[in-house]
Amino acid sequence: MTIQHYKQEVLALTMRWVRRLSREKFSMLFTLVQPMLFWLIFFGSLFQRAANIQILDAPNYMSFLAGGVVVMTVLNNGLAGGVDLLFDKENGFLERMMSTPIHRSSVILSRYLFVMAITGMQILVILSIAFVFGVRLETGLPGIALILAIGMLFGVGLTAISMGIAFSVKSHGDFFSLLGFLSLPMIFLSSALVPLSAMPGWMQVVALVNPMTWVIDAVRPLIITGWDAAIPQVALAFVILAIFDAVCLYGGAKAFRRAIG
Amino acid sequence: MMNPAIVIDVARLGKAFGSVTAIEDVSFTVHAGEIFGLLGPNGAGKSTTLRILITVLPPSAGTATVLGHDVVTEADTVRSLIGYVPQERAVDRFLTGREHLELLGGLYHLSRTETKARIDELLKLVNLEEHADRVAKTYSGGMKRKLDIACGLLPHPKIVFLDEPTLGLDVQSRLRIWDYIRQLREKGITIVMTTNYLEEADQLCDRLAIIDGGTIRVIGSPLELKTGLGGDSLSLTIKEHEAEKLPRLREGVMALPLVRDVRIKPTGLDILVESPEKSLPAVIEVAQRLDCSLDGVEYHRPRLDDVFVTHTGHGLRGGTPDAAEE
Repeated sequence: MTIQHYKQEVLALTMRWVRRLSREKFSMLFTLVQPMLFWLIFFGSLFQRAANIQILDAPNYMSFLAGGVVVMTVLNNGLAGGVDLLFDKENGFLERMMSTPIHRSSVILSRYLFVMAITGMQILVILSIAFVFGVRLETGLPGIALILAIGMLFGVGLTAISMGIAFSVKSHGDFFSLLGFLSLPMIFLSSALVPLSAMPGWMQVVALVNPMTWVIDAVRPLIITGWDAAIPQVALAFVILAIFDAVCLYGGAKAFRRAIG
Repeated sequence: MMNPAIVIDVARLGKAFGSVTAIEDVSFTVHAGEIFGLLGPNGAGKSTTLRILITVLPPSAGTATVLGHDVVTEADTVRSLIGYVPQERAVDRFLTGREHLELLGGLYHLSRTETKARIDELLKLVNLEEHADRVAKTYSGGMKRKLDIACGLLPHPKIVFLDEPTLGLDVQSRLRIWDYIRQLREKGITIVMTTNYLEEADQLCDRLAIIDGGTIRVIGSPLELKTGLGGDSLSLTIKEHEAEKLPRLREGVMALPLVRDVRIKPTGLDILVESPEKSLPAVIEVAQRLDCSLDGVEYHRPRLDDVFVTHTGHGLRGGTPDAAEE
């Protein structure tokens, strides 16, 4: 086992994910376009006038929503990150890979590299579309870099959850039910669509224990308020994400070891 | 001391999934250069055994070594020495044949030029050159199987493991796959394969282990196993309305010197004999003495079906057809 070998394995495996995506052009288009089309443009335009700017504490609903859509994209990509490994597990491709002299972690790492690259690109596209709709980033390019970093950090834990579930469930039916059960409540019970102050009391309580909320509350000021408001929120988000990732990675690694042996 | 001709040594292997025992006390050896078959119905434990040998499943009991290396403690070494041909569905529908092989080249740490040369060689061997750059979802079952075999051979393995190599294939593809497997043996590669086709085990395997209910029932070459049953057998059919005479007929036939065993069927008897030529007249005489009207007599050399039935108590198809592997 040398570094050289490890790099070669991870590269070969990552290339596979990229090739698969390039073969599914239709699906790629939808993956890339869906969040900004549905959430940012439709939802944003729909509530542009219905939303109360005083409550939002933002110039308009679209700029308020942009941060939420960025984090929702991270959420959806992360939670779907294990799907391909689930299919590999079911059809025996995983076993084929595991019968080769690769380090067990290279499959996982390749998946991470791929999911992170796609998520990063999507974040950039969302911010560009938002720009077209008049959303100006208060913190400029360094802000974009920080948003990407926060997104990646959140994605690490989410992808670990997804892979953990993929390695634990009996069938992909279970996986998708569980995913559907997780993803929408995490969006609605967070500050993605409305600020906490506009929520009923019980919802606020739930939203406060949802890591989504803390991540969005760090990304949003980077977009609409500026550095002074953003820095404490970003610092807090990093602490929360460190804990979140540690827990998720621990659980994911356990599930992986149980499945791989 | 380890016999140099033994390339796989399995000793008292066991595997349980929770409270379900998949295999128990499985022991066998595989010799260099042979085709070794694990024959059994679905759920018998052959796949579990294979997966332990290719190091993707840890055993719960016992040990197994491949080329002298333990499959648990030296798994990485074992992996670098073997090739694995999983069941047909383990292909990536979105990758071309060539891309499958390129991926595996990376996983086996071959250099780019080595991989390229090896891919050309293997595509030629399995006649897939023309289709190498089409995505696998356009492949027929036979083509997927060929790709699988090419994948299994990519790392220049000393031993190739094949899981149900011809499952669901048409007759022509099956014969072609058998041909490839024989070619591999000619190159000195040892083959370990699972199958639930008696014919395949009979035609292809040098030695085989019949596995049923998680344990090995018998091991030997197809010929040894067949002659082990005592050679040839006679099959009597009597007129339907005389079925109640069968037990008495059986007793009478059992008493004959050349008869080894007699089993009652609904419409007659299966008689294992030393020599059908000599025992046939005697058997007919007994039937006449007991006033049984015979409808027909045939004799046949034992087939592997008979071996299977003798050692497991049931036919291969009648085994546990619905039980999935695990």
